[in-house]
Amino acid sequence: MGIENILLGFSVAITPYNLGVAVIGIVLGTIIGVLPGLGGANGVAILLPLTFRMPPTSAIILLTSLYWGALFGGAITSILFNIPGEPWSVATTFDGYPLARLGKSGQALTASFTSSFVGALFSTILITLFAPLLADVALRFGPPEFFAIQLLTFSAFVGLGSGDPAKSLVSVVLGLLLAAVGLDTVTGHIRLTFGLTPLISGFDFIVVVIGLFGLGEIFLSMEEGLKFEGAKAGMNLRVVLDTWKELPRYWRTFLRGCLIGFWMGFKPGGATPASFMSYGFAKRFSKRGENFGKGEIEGVVAPETAAHAAGVAAMLPMITLGIPGSPTAAVMLGGLVIWGLQPGPMLFKEQPEFVWGLIASMYTGNVIGVLMVLAFVPFFAAILRVPFAILIPFIVVICAIGAFAAHGNMADLIYLIPFGLIGYVFKKLNYPLAPLVLALVLGDLAEAAFRQSLIMSQGTLLIFFRRPISAVITAAAIVLFLYPVIAPWWRRFGRSPPPVTPISSDSTS
Amino acid sequence: MATTKVDAPPLAGMARPPAVVAKPSVSIPTKRAADVIVASLLLGLGGLVLGAAVRMGIGWGSDGPESGFVPFWLAIVLIPCCASIIRGAVRRGSEERFATGERLVCVLKVLLPATAMVAFTPFIGLYAASLIYMAVYMRLMGRHSWALSLALPLALTVLVFLVFERWFLVPLPKGPIEAWLGY
Repeated sequence: MGIENILLGFSVAITPYNLGVAVIGIVLGTIIGVLPGLGGANGVAILLPLTFRMPPTSAIILLTSLYWGALFGGAITSILFNIPGEPWSVATTFDGYPLARLGKSGQALTASFTSSFVGALFSTILITLFAPLLADVALRFGPPEFFAIQLLTFSAFVGLGSGDPAKSLVSVVLGLLLAAVGLDTVTGHIRLTFGLTPLISGFDFIVVVIGLFGLGEIFLSMEEGLKFEGAKAGMNLRVVLDTWKELPRYWRTFLRGCLIGFWMGFKPGGATPASFMSYGFAKRFSKRGENFGKGEIEGVVAPETAAHAAGVAAMLPMITLGIPGSPTAAVMLGGLVIWGLQPGPMLFKEQPEFVWGLIASMYTGNVIGVLMVLAFVPFFAAILRVPFAILIPFIVVICAIGAFAAHGNMADLIYLIPFGLIGYVFKKLNYPLAPLVLALVLGDLAEAAFRQSLIMSQGTLLIFFRRPISAVITAAAIVLFLYPVIAPWWRRFGRSPPPVTPISSDSTS
Repeated sequence: MATTKVDAPPLAGMARPPAVVAKPSVSIPTKRAADVIVASLLLGLGGLVLGAAVRMGIGWGSDGPESGFVPFWLAIVLIPCCASIIRGAVRRGSEERFATGERLVCVLKVLLPATAMVAFTPFIGLYAASLIYMAVYMRLMGRHSWALSLALPLALTVLVFLVFERWFLVPLPKGPIEAWLGY
């Protein structure tokens, strides 16, 4: 354990092939982050079929680079067009767009990319240090512990979500039910097909992700009306260097953003609440707090640092526990299974090149990413100036190809439109989509862990409380599930409830 | 900058999709009604799952919990949640329209052509369907010239073909045209 692992990782990540893969991933990811209707999760889902014939390490580098690119891309549209391409860049628009209106878009973009890089680097370093330790602990986990963590994942959406907790819970249950359709992996029985033959193969998470997040998002943006009236990118080396001179002044904001981002990010819930929280704290503690919202560089630094720190931190539970912290990580986890890898702590023992190659690629990918976006912002911004009548059909076609290519299954393509409609209606009615996707990907694993635990205990639920680690986690999960019920009660006794940041659990991070 | 504004749709003389030529005469439900409808549908789904789970067995089989065990308890959670959503919507739902008719037309203008493309794919293949879809969309919705509306989709289709069939060896659905071309 130690330095030789990360050196092994770099020896994998710095091959010309894998560096090339990272560059392609970043470019595609940034484009995807800029385009309406395409984001991290469905970008990864669409590209997944193309990775089936790649070595798994290169495949995961492609997908994670795509994710970093999407994180960068969201900032471009937020600052130049006042359109948050991704939910975690909403807070970036607060000061980013006013800065662009003041003619300081170059400064805002430089600050945003640099903050993203700092946040990502911070989380990557923490992952390098802690991932092996966490994996070691997790090696001793049995089915009850894994189920407890999965339960905690779902409860976090219900307990910390901003909307109606009942809707969050419905979303989780729907995801689990969709996962249950078809073959029961434990007994081998066919279930919940209601006599319809095509349902035997079940619902694939890729189609659901592309439908809900891709098509659903397009329908929504068509309803809201696409209007791209952007500021000019105004970037040159002089602006970049001048902004870099100014940035060290905000070291407190950087540090706060990193910590908030990492803390929020490695738990489910993700990048979006972290970015809002970091912005809120920066506004409160900054000397120029009252200027926030009118175009403060610090107001761009805060959310971007936190969003990227969180986005990277979401990888930690995925590689160590096999439990994704965000929809994007969930899609990658699905990829791992398709590539023939068993997600979970054993990866560190059995596939060290894969795990350490992935971790090392987080360093290389983010360095490449920040340099590329700084250099090519005008190019990426130009994408949104393509007329919508060309963009929209092309995005729809890409979604259709992604849906079909995952398994070469025509039924998957047919499901795409209904899931797009469901995504649109659910978004309109404030049903969070992220828990649904996570539950769908985790469904089979969670159910298997649950039933194995019950078999171990001869059918008593007490097993989740008899083992110390699972007892603590299960108790935490139950508290979170009950939080929406307890909180109003608490208030009635005149005590203020523990401050819970409103979390938009709809983050597509 | 989009050359065509979405909110000023050129509707006249459109061949497809037919449903959007006429202003929709159906009244659009309020958000409250939409909430109640969706939650009721989910409630019905919960009932269906409950029935199916009971038929599969929700008890303890020879090898642990039976197949219906987990779906049964999921339905038990789903049903009261939907009831709570309906109650919440009836009490304090928004009287606001789900969407204005004009905006909904914009959604239909993406939805219907996309549905048509997916519906044609099993018969003529994905390449032909997407080519026609992109060309028709560009011509009718974007009012781009016929030359551009044909050239650009054709180029994109060839690009997709090269990336998927040639470089990454991922076969996409093909129809009679590809067969005629020898694929």
